[in-house]
Amino acid sequence: MSARERVAGQVANYVDERTGAAKWLKKTVTKVFPDHWSFMLGEIVLYSFIILLLSGTFLTFWFDPSMREVEYEGSYEPLSGLKMSAAYASTLHISFDVRGGLLMRQVHHWAALIFMAAMVAHLMRVFFTGAFRKPREFNWIIGVGLLTLGIVEGFLGYSLPDDLLSGTGIRIAEAIIQAIPVVGSYLSYFAFGGAFPGEMFIPRIYVVHILLIPGIFLALITVHLMLVWYQKHTQYPGPGRTEKNVVGYPLMPVYMAKAGGFFFIVFGVTAFLGAVASINPIWIYGPYTPGQIGAGSQPDWYMGWLDGLVRMAPPIETHAFGHTISWNILIPGLIIPGIIFTGMALYPFIESWMTGDKREHHLLDRPRNAPNRTALGAMSITFMLVTLINGGNDLLATHFDLSINQIMWFSRIGVIVLPPLVFVITKRICLSLQRADRELVLHGRETGRLVMLPHGEFIEVHEPLSPHRAYTLASHEQPAAIEPVLADENGVRNPKGVKAKVQTRLSRAHSEQVAKPTAKEMLEIEDHH
Amino acid sequence: MSNEIAPLTDPGLPEHIHRKADVDPIAAKKAERQVGILFLLSVLGTILFVYSYVGIDEDVFIFLPIMGNTNAHQLFLGLGLAMSLFFIGMAAVHWAKTLMPDHEVIDIRKEQRSKDEDRTQFVATVKERGGEAGLGRRPFIKRTMGLALGLVGISPILLLRDLGPLPENDLNTTNWAAGTRLVTDPGNRPIKPSDLEVGGVVQVQPEFPPGKERHLDDIAQDSVLLIRIRPEEFNLTPERLSWTYQGIIAFSKICSHMGCAVALYEQTTKHLLCPCHQSTFDVTRAAKVIFGPAARPLPQLAITVDSEGYLVAQAPFNEAVGPSFWGRDSQ
Repeated sequence: MSARERVAGQVANYVDERTGAAKWLKKTVTKVFPDHWSFMLGEIVLYSFIILLLSGTFLTFWFDPSMREVEYEGSYEPLSGLKMSAAYASTLHISFDVRGGLLMRQVHHWAALIFMAAMVAHLMRVFFTGAFRKPREFNWIIGVGLLTLGIVEGFLGYSLPDDLLSGTGIRIAEAIIQAIPVVGSYLSYFAFGGAFPGEMFIPRIYVVHILLIPGIFLALITVHLMLVWYQKHTQYPGPGRTEKNVVGYPLMPVYMAKAGGFFFIVFGVTAFLGAVASINPIWIYGPYTPGQIGAGSQPDWYMGWLDGLVRMAPPIETHAFGHTISWNILIPGLIIPGIIFTGMALYPFIESWMTGDKREHHLLDRPRNAPNRTALGAMSITFMLVTLINGGNDLLATHFDLSINQIMWFSRIGVIVLPPLVFVITKRICLSLQRADRELVLHGRETGRLVMLPHGEFIEVHEPLSPHRAYTLASHEQPAAIEPVLADENGVRNPKGVKAKVQTRLSRAHSEQVAKPTAKEMLEIEDHH
Repeated sequence: MSNEIAPLTDPGLPEHIHRKADVDPIAAKKAERQVGILFLLSVLGTILFVYSYVGIDEDVFIFLPIMGNTNAHQLFLGLGLAMSLFFIGMAAVHWAKTLMPDHEVIDIRKEQRSKDEDRTQFVATVKERGGEAGLGRRPFIKRTMGLALGLVGISPILLLRDLGPLPENDLNTTNWAAGTRLVTDPGNRPIKPSDLEVGGVVQVQPEFPPGKERHLDDIAQDSVLLIRIRPEEFNLTPERLSWTYQGIIAFSKICSHMGCAVALYEQTTKHLLCPCHQSTFDVTRAAKVIFGPAARPLPQLAITVDSEGYLVAQAPFNEAVGPSFWGRDSQ
């Protein structure tokens, strides 16, 4: 035994005698993780979060979350002598008078954008592969919670510098709060400590941004990862992979190196972006004042869909009995986002109800093999994209020489017409892909080689798939639709008649498939050859 | 319920194919060298970072294609940091992919559901222990406990009451009063009609008595745009026309939709546009909404001139300025 082994052994012994950790660690270091690029999306979210904690902590050392009015005396000449809030002045100080300060600000902002983008990409991966199904519904809901919190956290973060752009964003948020019936103006006065903008808001959202929400994040991410750990990771279908096993590489050493290395890669890329790509140059916007605004005011991308919805809302207000209800704010600002996020959170339960499937699933679906779900996802993405486009309608108009009116009407109509259209098209594409898979399994790959048979017939040579590939394409299950139970055997009508009818209709839509090759068909083909 | 008949039998995991570095010592040595070089590149990055921090002045700018003039200090700090991190990652991943074992391992999955006997035992334990507390037999405790727990939440909610004052009538009022002079923003100078040419636009605030400071809260409610067009271009009711003065018309600058500053005035069309959500208001028709999500015109401020010839407000705004709220009393 070498000296190094002896020291390591003593340390391990010391720790284990006090914690009993060896028993747990023994299993942990050999824990198996399946390998796939799409499983790294969630990792990017986690690593961006760590980058956000690190760079954010650095920024707090100089940032002064106060709306106290100060005169700017820093090294950025164009704003010299201007009256501004201490928050804005200290952000300028970080940008121009702290070495590496601007870099850290930009790293922090880029990390936030990547955090949100990776979260959305991770969500799509989980959705389209059906990874949210039993037993992972809790983790899906936690994920939706994290996404919602992420949007709020990002918005509060870019509101902190108190520049003209961010102040305008807060003004809009205030208008949304104020629009809530009955209690709106009270909530707004509580949030802002009086009339907008007051002097309380920045210090308050600072605490929420650096303590409250990151704390909740930390707790939720911990539970999220513990559940992934405990339930074991899902895997893509393929030879040797079943619902009862998990195939992959062990944590030690492969995954430690890969995941640990990936953290540094994500951090490196974020630092590169922070170095070369300017983001949120607040010194150009100037300090916030409610009487001014910059043209082309844009929120960060993850708020863009919300802004786009608000922009396309029809101008409807109700005035009655001395009260005003702003539907033009409530519908796009609260009601539609509420429906979208609630629907998203409940989707695992909705799908399980539609299909009547209450079993555990650990093998992922290929998106084409769940056409209805995939179409639903594509439809939601289309809705979001149209609203996002409208959120940038002013920039699109100036960059592509269009009129705002054209874009606005395109999105107003498009947001209603395009999603269903995309649903139908996506579903057809999925079914076509299933048909292509079926052909491939039954008749093999077209080689493009033509052969003339002795009696003069030309045929194209088809090369049979490898058994592994064929199994991958044909091993998925194709659940049948639920049979409607409209009446029991005594002819008594099902009291849940309407509900059952809806369920069977949805179930039928969900189980629409191109039949995969059956064992019999496979045998026939083999005999034929 | 499903098409369980698998058409093909599971061929099992594909045969393991050895990597070059697994069988060829020269390839393994090469991979080792590559990993080492990647780590060294990270070291170079750190050196670049330290050098930039102490060695490059903060006011040095260099020209780069696409990016234009760039601050060299900040650029090389960032590039150094990026290199030092990125190549550690690359090295670790390359190491894992070339030299660490790549045998796939199979782990067995168990159903999440506990065993039936565990579940039965758990239920029995809960029932027994719960029964010992005797909640079912003592309804008085059950009800009072429910009441206490239900009410205890009131305290923390009440504590939040002092987050801010009640809005009272605040949202309905501004600092404008009959006879308040219009002063330029910025500048704080009173203005005469002759100061504003036809086609001109200027931002004004109400004049404050000496000693009273203008806060952002005031600007958020009081900001007014003064626009001068030819009087014959107005298409107003007689009442609204009497609120203008020699072609000068005054509107609240705070958007009636969500409170942004309605800052874009297009002289040729006489439209005011809010850059936030593109609500467009027609100045000649008392800021009627002609496009976008705003549902109400911008409130108009009645103006005239005082005895010294300066522009003043005839009266306060006759409606609340800014975005709508529940208590807003509408026309």
